Amino acid sequence: MIASLNARNSIAALVVAGLLLLPLYTSISGNVFVLTLFTRIVIFALAAASLNLIMGYGGMMSFGHAAYLGIGGYAVGILSSEGIGSGFIQWPVALLASALFALVIGALSLRTRGVYFIMITLAFAQMAYYVASGLAPYGGDDGLTIYKRSDFGGLINLSNRVQFYYLCLGCLFGGIYLIWRIVNSRFGMVVQGLRSNEQRMQAIGFPAKRYRLVCFVIAGTMCGLAGALLANNTDFVSPAVMYWTRSGDLMVMVILGGMGSLFGPVLGTIVYLLLEEALSQVTEYWALIMGPLLLLIVLFGRGGIMGLLGRLSRG
Amino acid sequence: MSWALVFEQLLNGLQYGVMLFLMAAGLTLVFGIMNLVNLAHGSLYMVGAYLAAAATQWTGNYLLGVALGLAGTLVVGMAVEVTALRTLYERDHLDQVLATFGLILFFNELIAIVWGRAPLYSSLPPWLQGHIKLFAGSTYPVYRAAVIVVGLLVAALLWYVVTRTRLGMLIRAGASNREMIGALGINIKLLYTLVFGLGAALAGLAGMMQAPILTVQIGMGENILILAFVIIVIGGIGSIRGAFLAAIFVGLIDTLGRAFLPDLLRKILSSAAASTAAPALSSMLIYLLMAIVLVVRPEGLFPANRR
Amino acid sequence: MADPLLRVERLVRRFGGILATDNLSLDVISGELHAIIGPNGAGKTTLISQLTGQLLPNSGTIHFAGQDITRLPAWRRSALGLARSFQITSLLPDFTASDNVALAAQAHDGHSFRFWGSARGEQHLRQAAQSALARVGLADRADTLVSKLSHGEQRELELAVALATKPQLLLLDEPMAGLGTTESARMVKLLQELRREVTIVLVEHDMEAVFALADRITVLVYGRVIASDVPAAIRGNEEVRRAYLGDQHVVTRHG
Repeated sequence: MIASLNARNSIAALVVAGLLLLPLYTSISGNVFVLTLFTRIVIFALAAASLNLIMGYGGMMSFGHAAYLGIGGYAVGILSSEGIGSGFIQWPVALLASALFALVIGALSLRTRGVYFIMITLAFAQMAYYVASGLAPYGGDDGLTIYKRSDFGGLINLSNRVQFYYLCLGCLFGGIYLIWRIVNSRFGMVVQGLRSNEQRMQAIGFPAKRYRLVCFVIAGTMCGLAGALLANNTDFVSPAVMYWTRSGDLMVMVILGGMGSLFGPVLGTIVYLLLEEALSQVTEYWALIMGPLLLLIVLFGRGGIMGLLGRLSRG
Repeated sequence: MSWALVFEQLLNGLQYGVMLFLMAAGLTLVFGIMNLVNLAHGSLYMVGAYLAAAATQWTGNYLLGVALGLAGTLVVGMAVEVTALRTLYERDHLDQVLATFGLILFFNELIAIVWGRAPLYSSLPPWLQGHIKLFAGSTYPVYRAAVIVVGLLVAALLWYVVTRTRLGMLIRAGASNREMIGALGINIKLLYTLVFGLGAALAGLAGMMQAPILTVQIGMGENILILAFVIIVIGGIGSIRGAFLAAIFVGLIDTLGRAFLPDLLRKILSSAAASTAAPALSSMLIYLLMAIVLVVRPEGLFPANRR
Repeated sequence: MADPLLRVERLVRRFGGILATDNLSLDVISGELHAIIGPNGAGKTTLISQLTGQLLPNSGTIHFAGQDITRLPAWRRSALGLARSFQITSLLPDFTASDNVALAAQAHDGHSFRFWGSARGEQHLRQAAQSALARVGLADRADTLVSKLSHGEQRELELAVALATKPQLLLLDEPMAGLGTTESARMVKLLQELRREVTIVLVEHDMEAVFALADRITVLVYGRVIASDVPAAIRGNEEVRRAYLGDQHVVTRHG
């Protein structure tokens, strides 16, 4: 995997080191804000990585991926409010619910192509948003406060910021490792082949929909995990996390980092969220700049950050 | 459940459907002819509402406000097309989605700068207030009736233009063969700008018509936009007729569902369960409908092209 | 005589008002090399697409090795032993030649719901790919990206990919399209070798190659079969002469 020392790998290694050592910096400097900021960044990087699996490698442009953040989050929130605080129950439920949703939505959406697929996934995610808004006993539009984080017995204390950060980081690195193995496996070859030329793949004997659906479910489940982490991070879950503009944010993070590259989503998320943070300090109307910036990135930023680094290495 | 109530809800559904059609028509025109997915279509809906409300306040005259609002939205639409969207025609749909997504963010903030974040309330002139009498002693708001009438008129006008006029023929031809149209000496760029402007005007009209019923606020276009896309999927891309039928259908289902589903559920489930499930289920109805269409006829119910 | 390997009966396919396949019936015997010729617009590619499943006919039946495959999806037909090369090159452009062929081998080597091991590390697949590439003369281009291959090499790769699926019937849609003289000659020689191992249906415009290779020739005009016989008989057929053989690059009027 990492065979040569070039711009891409160096940056990736630096970022990994930085992420690992961050709590050291924050404990020395006492800057807790940075730790919580980066916990959020790491969680979204996991979500972005899962989207990259279906978008970058699989060619499935899903505009409804934020739904899984909500499903995972609400699984934790609802169980918590019903008195089930154990993470050993909450998190598997979050994963299972995400997988089921992905299975049903995927089976329906993958009957379509191109822009239809984009809009259908968007619409189904909005449906999840509306359903959550209608759940009056669980806060509806106002959201649901989570009074106690997921309990994992003596194993790990999620209320401890540093421990929680490392858990999230572990999930991120674990997720990326999983994606790496999947992408290079037989399954991953088929999924990438389908992105490259579906007609050819069908002609040599691969049933496209089956493979795409399984990929879709894997990505949804991974994002459901991110949702459970996010709910714990904010001690809160609301329908807003599933609003379609959040799915757009995720797509931008993936594209910004470079689609179809392993480490792209991490870089993309870091840059996007830090930029958002920095701009919002400057002006209340940061979206005014963010919007056209997005336009420019789409129009001129071929291959995202990783693509740029790749071109730099080649000289 | 009185007949008067049912009839009132039917009319509401029709009114909602007609408004949805105006949104969907613009979207399907632009998508069908220029192959452009425009997420910022919802922003044009919002711009129309804001411009009309502001113009009405400024001039003190409702009709003048509407006219200015329409003209303004047309100009904004064409300006956006010329400056930002021309480069996107050649791009794939994902690029278009993301670029126009950026436009949404931009427009939302722009509106916030000019008008602030608090919602605007648009008022109606006296001659549009009040109720008219229907059968069996029931009444219906004048304004909603006016919306239905105007909407149907615009739909008829649109159908006429697209199917019976030379402009409409150019529009339809432009969809299938750009080079040919260009070779005939017709300015494709101008045609596209006009079509986009038309779509923008339709969206703006929908926005300003809906404004007194809901409120004028930032982000109001986003929910409608998704519904418009659902309608296009159900009706078939590029088909005005499909958009109309699907929009009416969706409008009726959504309105009737929201009105009568809670009562229906209460007969089957307990009251508490029904109160929880009803709003969620009502919201889901349209998406369930779309899911069914996708399973049975993925190309839509009334597709424009027969392959 | 044994049942034909491929039996097409009264196939019909319309596109709007156009009748692309007009009550077409055709038999392919196991072990033969059966050529299909006809002017542009005769519906040859439409026929191939219906045989392999990219298109579904409006009516009619297709039987392969005794089984009705008329409505089967393309991937299932491939599993049954039907392989195709495309008229317009259809490969995986961002993969290497070796990857392309190995994937074809992988498709016929059990299921691919394996998520952990490295696909590129499966030696038997790589070796199968290498031997298929060697057969078509691309052994030294194995690790080149498809997008970097020349047009001729891509046509050869199409053939290698089809071979890797271990087909019973090979449907080749203009494999020599765009090839130069040397490359064409190489392709003809290759097909001469392959015909001994697999039944071939060959759609081609190159008349020299067709008459050199074919056991039987079917002539298509406007979606109909106007003649189906041995090459000598076809050469002597008046109707065929009028419709097609006079000038093979011009669409002549309806015979």
